[in-house]
Amino acid sequence: MSEFGLGRMTFGSIFKKPETVLYPFEKKPAPAGLKGHIVIDVNQCILCGICQRTCPCDAITVDKPNRSWEINRFQCVQCGSCIRACPKKCLSMDPAYTSPAPHMHTDSFSVPDPKKEA
Amino acid sequence: MSKATIIPFGPQHPVLPEPLHLDLVVEDETVVEAIPQIGFVHRGLEKLVETRDYNQFIYVAERICGICAFGHSLGYAETVEALMGVEVPKRAEYLRVIWHEISRIHSHLLWLGLAADAFGFESLFMHCWRLRERVLDIFEKTTGGRVILSVVSVGGVNRDIDSTQMDEILHILDGIEDDYRQIMQVMLTDASVKNRTVGVGHISYEDAVSLCMVGPFARASNVAYDVRMFGHGGYGELSDFRPLCATEGDCYARVKVRCEEVLQSIAIVKEMAAKIPAGDIAVPVKGSPAAGAESANILEQPRGECYYYARGNGTKYLDRMRMRTPTSQNLAGMVSVLEGCDLADVNMIILTIDPCISCTER
Ligand code: SF4
Ligand code: SF4
Repeated sequence: MSEFGLGRMTFGSIFKKPETVLYPFEKKPAPAGLKGHIVIDVNQCILCGICQRTCPCDAITVDKPNRSWEINRFQCVQCGSCIRACPKKCLSMDPAYTSPAPHMHTDSFSVPDPKKEA
Repeated sequence: MSKATIIPFGPQHPVLPEPLHLDLVVEDETVVEAIPQIGFVHRGLEKLVETRDYNQFIYVAERICGICAFGHSLGYAETVEALMGVEVPKRAEYLRVIWHEISRIHSHLLWLGLAADAFGFESLFMHCWRLRERVLDIFEKTTGGRVILSVVSVGGVNRDIDSTQMDEILHILDGIEDDYRQIMQVMLTDASVKNRTVGVGHISYEDAVSLCMVGPFARASNVAYDVRMFGHGGYGELSDFRPLCATEGDCYARVKVRCEEVLQSIAIVKEMAAKIPAGDIAVPVKGSPAAGAESANILEQPRGECYYYARGNGTKYLDRMRMRTPTSQNLAGMVSVLEGCDLADVNMIILTIDPCISCTER
């Protein structure tokens, strides 16, 4: 009887849509809030360095004199602490995963100086 | 008198998801002694508490193990909250229970699949993991991660589940439950499963108690001990909680206890989802643990009781963080069960104990 139970389920799956998708030709839709990668709105950033101090993995480097904000995506574990800590709310999580890279590198963003622009 | 031979088992072995080494002393086909050796995945995570502050350590704690990741972050957060006298909002406690129970479903389904794979029942393995995939989808939708969730913070949780998402979770769980009942039926009544499990690796109630076994391994020998029954945190709001036990004490009983616990967890999630109060999901936590302050906490992980201890030193960094994991409690039981068993049953016995070596070694 019990063998029949699993047999019914297994037999039923012949007629059902497969549970898996044909990656990489077909991709599952990314739900909102998926931990993909950190993005920064450089126009809001005041280079306070709070994100750098909160990060458990030392992935972020804020260089105030050179007005640059750097993230080592290979070190980031997508915990989201920096997003919650940022006083200007200029960091956010993008649901897209970063693509594989042949070399280790850091992503560097230069932060515009509002005083100079004014 | 036959000659004793030593057969090495592991650290790489098809039934072991994690590295555990055993020297099996066998005479003919009977194991007379099993000498375990661990230490292949020690990463020194407890030491890291000295260089990561108490908020950052949550992300280290949840990397102790990939299966009970949520449980470790929860256990650690509760310990630090006790250390600092933080009162967690009710809604956060409910959410923590919901995620923790869903992780238990995921862990048990993973284990049932591995067990089916160990006794060569491939289609059962596929079906278990198919259901587990849906559980991981729940995690992905509600937390943004599939294995490492990073939703617990000291003082609450950092993501809410809104009512539409909650309905979706319940809908998915209903679907899982239908299929799962069929799988469970096979697990518990199929002759080929029973041939491998009934009467194998028996351990009595007295031995289970004297060897301080915990979790489903102990409950299969009728030790009615489950930390959830003490009603810590959100578990205190459950209308009724009884540890699920079996009396046989063999591999079959361990399969049965875990099978039934999945349904129990689904029922807990449903109850919590129906009763969840509105309100805040976290309180701000300021300051540092006082110098010399100590706290201890226990939590029921999918594999059994896990004990946490923390000591503050007046700074943001903790002085000491210590965990005693369920598998380290169960190793003594495992060695005692293996003595006198058939060589062919060794993999089944080890698997039904569900050892988690990463947790044990940290
Ligand atoms: S915390 Fe926000 S504002 Fe401050 S440096 Fe980081 S990104 Fe810029
Ligand atoms: S998400 Fe976490 S690990 Fe990544 S940069 Fe932000 S704080 Fe650091």
